Amino acid sequence: MAFKSGDLAKAYWRDNLSLVLKLLAVWFLVSYGFGILLVDVLNQFTFFGFKLGFWFAQQGSILTFIVLIFVYVNRMAALDNKYDVHEE
Amino acid sequence: MDIKTLTFIIVGLTFALYIAIAIWSRAGSTSDFYVASGGVHPVLNGMATAADWMSAASFISMAGIIAFAGYDGSVYLMGWTGGYVLLALCLAPYLRKFGKFTVPDFIGDRYYSQTARTIAVICAILISFVYIAGQMRGVGVVFSRFLEVDISTGVYIGAVIVFFYTVLGGMKGITYTQVAQYVVLAFAYLVPAVFISFYMTGHILPQTGFGATIAEGVPGSGEYLLQRLDGLSAELGLATYTEGARATIDVFAITFALMVGTAGLPHVIVRFFTVPKVSDARLSAGWALVFISVVYLTAPSIAAFAKTNLINTINGPDQQGVAYEAAPGWVKNWEKTGLLKWEDKNQDGNMFYSGDERNEMVTVDRDIMVLANPEIANLPAWVVALVAAGGVAAALSTSAGLLLVISTSISHDLLKRTLTPNITDRQELFWARVAAGIAIALSTWFGINPPGFVAQVVAFAFGLAAASFFPAIIMGIFYKRMNSTGAIAGMLVGIVFTLGYIIFFKFVSPELNTPDNWLLKISPEGIGTVGMLLNFVVAYVVHKATGDAPQATQDLVESIRYPRGAGGASHH
Repeated sequence: MAFKSGDLAKAYWRDNLSLVLKLLAVWFLVSYGFGILLVDVLNQFTFFGFKLGFWFAQQGSILTFIVLIFVYVNRMAALDNKYDVHEE
Repeated sequence: MDIKTLTFIIVGLTFALYIAIAIWSRAGSTSDFYVASGGVHPVLNGMATAADWMSAASFISMAGIIAFAGYDGSVYLMGWTGGYVLLALCLAPYLRKFGKFTVPDFIGDRYYSQTARTIAVICAILISFVYIAGQMRGVGVVFSRFLEVDISTGVYIGAVIVFFYTVLGGMKGITYTQVAQYVVLAFAYLVPAVFISFYMTGHILPQTGFGATIAEGVPGSGEYLLQRLDGLSAELGLATYTEGARATIDVFAITFALMVGTAGLPHVIVRFFTVPKVSDARLSAGWALVFISVVYLTAPSIAAFAKTNLINTINGPDQQGVAYEAAPGWVKNWEKTGLLKWEDKNQDGNMFYSGDERNEMVTVDRDIMVLANPEIANLPAWVVALVAAGGVAAALSTSAGLLLVISTSISHDLLKRTLTPNITDRQELFWARVAAGIAIALSTWFGINPPGFVAQVVAFAFGLAAASFFPAIIMGIFYKRMNSTGAIAGMLVGIVFTLGYIIFFKFVSPELNTPDNWLLKISPEGIGTVGMLLNFVVAYVVHKATGDAPQATQDLVESIRYPRGAGGASHH
């Protein structure tokens, strides 16, 4: 066991899950939310010549996905360091 | 020089490049692919993953489907990129820490069961096979056009080339070759898009261009491109481009099945097992998505431009139809493949494309759009040839990789490790070749009699992966008490249900394949989402009735949840 105590192991996993859930909430919002379920509502607005919902479905969601992964990479690196379970 | 000659030259040059790199990098490092990729920077690894991932479905087929489906085509864009978020956040780092090479290895060890392992192997073979069946059609489309032969002949030629490409072996497995393939593929995809965007809207970036206003000298100038496309769609009796026609629940289900399937696809997951560190697994997924997005953000713009140009050139600027006698060369060239057909229904000698009874373009295969697009827009011949080379690179790299997965799964995982452990290495190799041969033959048949357009067939593979692997892997990591009985029951129910639904609507009763007959209005492309939910539910219920996984397994799961101590990946 790499952790000094079982409590630390639990806390690390809890922090990890909370980060992942937050990021997945955004993931769901931009694609299934803006791009699919709310598409008709957002399509009433225009964004650089695109209907906004259409833009999220064909461009915005993908751009957000990229940002999400890199945020995850950075936050997890910080988390690994904080709990001292990063790789040598 | 004509397009045909240029195509031979450019396709030939790119092939020579891949082979040269393969030989060069083999001499410089160990021949072992896994070790070779271990020393590769995450950026290059991401690039190689992107080439591995983007197949004929992404390159040839996707933009064409979007061109005809409009907003509904977004399922492919979101589905095939959003899956990388799931991969990076929920799977890749943990599977890397686990330290095995294949998905059946993970399933077999995590669920301490030879049965679970065998089921996983069979699922992996099935998924890869459906995937490759889609590719063969894509290869066929490319060759039929550029050799100016019938589509079936194109598929046969493609199959022969894929077979030799695979038998030459190793080529696909070398990361640097894939980096080169990515560069060819992305360049070939972007160049025509930039040209066309600049011509149609004055924007260099196609991603903003397709939202812009139409430039001087192009029909409809001053109008927003997408608005004009919506207007034309209304006039021609087609579904509104920016709104689509599919039910919301179906769009949701297809997108979900593709995303989850991406995260469960055996040949993609494998790439993340082989990076040196857990942190690299996370980062590689990020870079892979960056490189994939270069193509995926461009695809919807190609779709919108291609659709507008298609309508303009067939129907003419005045929307009265263009005389067949004066048809541009691409129309006649594609007619030779049988993928484009004109019938002069009203006997006026003019072509007309629409969504109602006025339509005279009785066949416009979606899979020709990306390849025909540069010709429709009158781009220079070398651009047309370049796109062909990109299409060949995309289709060959992926299908060769999948064939290797199929043949090693059958000969190694299934025969050697499970059914007949006593066979010699020579016999194993023999069966690997037999398996590759059978897979090629079967997929050639599907290439000639496709159950759908390339991207649609490939979508079935994702549905199957979503319904079988994804729940088993997710529960394997995030629910440590899940036991083998539950996981096996879940996988079986998921894959049998999904496969049954697809076979029923695509092969048994294709005439019933309409939204009214679908379960909850979900199409066969999206049914993997339901299969996945069934898998989760069945696994949970069965697990509750049969008790927790043993303590040793639960400890193992605990240990993959943090990065420290990740050794090199090991084979079995």
